[in-house]
Amino acid sequence: MNLDDITLLEGAVMLGLVMTGLAMFLAFFRLVRGPSLPDRVVALDLIGIIAVGVIAAYDILTEQPVLLDAATVVALVAFLGTVAFARYVERRQQDE
Amino acid sequence: MNSLILKVATRFMLPLLLLFSIFLLLRGHNQPGGGFSGGLVGASAFVLYSFAFGAPETRQALGVDPRGLIGAGLLVALGSGLLAFFVGQPFMTGVWGQLDVPGLGELHLGTPLVFDAGVYLVVIGVTLSIILPLVEE
Repeated sequence: MNLDDITLLEGAVMLGLVMTGLAMFLAFFRLVRGPSLPDRVVALDLIGIIAVGVIAAYDILTEQPVLLDAATVVALVAFLGTVAFARYVERRQQDE
Repeated sequence: MNSLILKVATRFMLPLLLLFSIFLLLRGHNQPGGGFSGGLVGASAFVLYSFAFGAPETRQALGVDPRGLIGAGLLVALGSGLLAFFVGQPFMTGVWGQLDVPGLGELHLGTPLVFDAGVYLVVIGVTLSIILPLVEE
């Protein structure tokens, strides 16, 4: 692909994809490294939110509005997973 | 766990998730979606409710035993297959009909939608009968 063929919107979306990819790498680093369990839970939640952004940007690039529903489901379910982890962390502290 | 934020948020999220699950179920024939993903979203609505209010309240809100939903869903799916016999077609053949809705135009209805509704009920039943005992533990 020649650089002159890219429209402004496509360029912006590609830049956005690169930056969200970088953000996901950083969040993944915290997920693997994170010293405590809450660190990892927050990193997982962040990865879910970044995934929504990636899907939305890819949606604009490929002009497939269907993908937005996948983004909606990810946004709703990532929240649920975080709540479940919060329950687990709270219960584990009570046991100790 | 007793969180006011979670309880208030759940009251807003439950109708939204159930509406989205019905939307996924109805759209499944022509576009991504269908009984399975719709059922999973619907079940996640009740799972969220059980996190906020506890498992007994969730069973009360559901009204029926999740295992009953599995049986009902399988019966609905079987019934959609049997409908083909009434028009002299083999088992599980899709039967289509048209319904004139005043002001909206023609509505194409068929047995695949009924089958999908059965899958929807089975998925909700299976998911909840796995997760609710885990929440009660």
